[in-house]
Amino acid sequence: MTKTAIDLPPKGGFSFDLCRRNAFLESQGAKMPKFRKTGTTIVGLVFKDGVILGADTRATEGEIVCDKNCEKIHYLAPNIYCCGAGTAADTENVTDMVSSQLELHRYATSRESRVVTALTMLKSHLFGYQGQVSAALVLGGVDVTGPHLHAVYPHGSTDTLPFATMGSGSLAAMAVFESRFKEGMTKEQGIEVVCAAICAGIFNDLGSGSNVDLCVITKGGKEYLRNYQQPNPRSYTHSKGYHFTTILSSKIRSLRNHVRVVEGDAMEEE
Amino acid sequence: MDAPHSMGTTIIGMEYAEGVILGADSRTTTGLYVANRASDKITQLTDNVYVCRSGSAADSQVVSDYVRYFLNQHTIQIGKAASVKTAATLVRELSYQNKSFLETGLIVAGWDTHEGGSVYGVPLGGTMLRLPFATGGSGCSYLYGFLDQAWQPNMSREDAEKLVVKAIALAIARDGASGGVVRTINVNAYGVERNFYAGDQLPLFYDELAPRPTLIHF
Repeated sequence: MTKTAIDLPPKGGFSFDLCRRNAFLESQGAKMPKFRKTGTTIVGLVFKDGVILGADTRATEGEIVCDKNCEKIHYLAPNIYCCGAGTAADTENVTDMVSSQLELHRYATSRESRVVTALTMLKSHLFGYQGQVSAALVLGGVDVTGPHLHAVYPHGSTDTLPFATMGSGSLAAMAVFESRFKEGMTKEQGIEVVCAAICAGIFNDLGSGSNVDLCVITKGGKEYLRNYQQPNPRSYTHSKGYHFTTILSSKIRSLRNHVRVVEGDAMEEE
Repeated sequence: MDAPHSMGTTIIGMEYAEGVILGADSRTTTGLYVANRASDKITQLTDNVYVCRSGSAADSQVVSDYVRYFLNQHTIQIGKAASVKTAATLVRELSYQNKSFLETGLIVAGWDTHEGGSVYGVPLGGTMLRLPFATGGSGCSYLYGFLDQAWQPNMSREDAEKLVVKAIALAIARDGASGGVVRTINVNAYGVERNFYAGDQLPLFYDELAPRPTLIHF
């Protein structure tokens, strides 16, 4: 008859039950899984006269920041812009593709593009690829029917909302929106709230960082405010610039042999 | 954040004396995060037929878009309003023929001249079943016993609406994947009426506290 252990109620705090087993597996050669974040904080907000889109500017490759000032707010139409989170290649290509389709559609219909058109094109493309195209987008614009803001998910579902956040920093940004959003804000108030939301993502999420990009779209037109706020300046640079030891000698050797063409055409123009 | 967008959900379709009432909660989740706390899970298919969506958000949106498109063509072809049975059959066809790719539970309900108000449940595998009342989503488990006891045939509009709201509130109380607000749609011979019940207007049950004013200063 085996002795059965009596289950004690959990004491609270961390549970280290699996640590010994994990350590054993690692000693046997098993690799511990790595954490990989897709990065980004992107937001959108509807205000009195239109929509404001915001994004951070950090692009990550695993643990490394590969681009400290990338552009995450993509052009779709003169009156429609789209922020992209997830795999950068997927967001870039899907927004470029839909932007071309929208332009052709404008020529065919002789009308300004509508946000729902862009939405349907994105939705059907992403659904067709069953989530393998890892693009999470915040789509916003102003057309004849008014201002629109949509959140588009990688599997092809969409939400229509007055304010939306996406990306790894979306929880931090959503916390700011939930406490400070009001219907019918002015442009200045809207910009302040969007900046606060992006900054929450920049400072509290490791996958987001660097600067704040904004795009304000109204019936009259759009304002693309690249690097509207730069809360992470390079403070470690020397104010006088860097310079090294004086040059002792220099020798310049041309790497190209000059070839004289006798017969036939020259490959390049000299 | 990589989990597919799914609607935990509680959805209800219920017949009453003059028509049908559809009801739904408003929570859409991505894993354990509430991606949308105010979603509209009741989608229009025609003027007189609506569908409640549950399961994968993407799959249910695409199915209802296709069915709306087919019904639009069908209405033009036959020259009059489509019947609820036709709408439900189209939903069933898509769900059944694509059962290996789709994950949706749908409730099609509406009013037409042949049958009056009717409710059809089209759950996961693509069965179609006409029922006096149908429930769906993760919260429906908590409602079977309650509705078996509480539903009566030929209820008045007010009673049916109160029953739907109470049922969804009960499911929200016990199901973590359901929450937010309660949306209802009432379809009968005279037209369609939408209603909205905010969280603090829902009835309270055992051990629940009344909502208090927010501590956030604007």
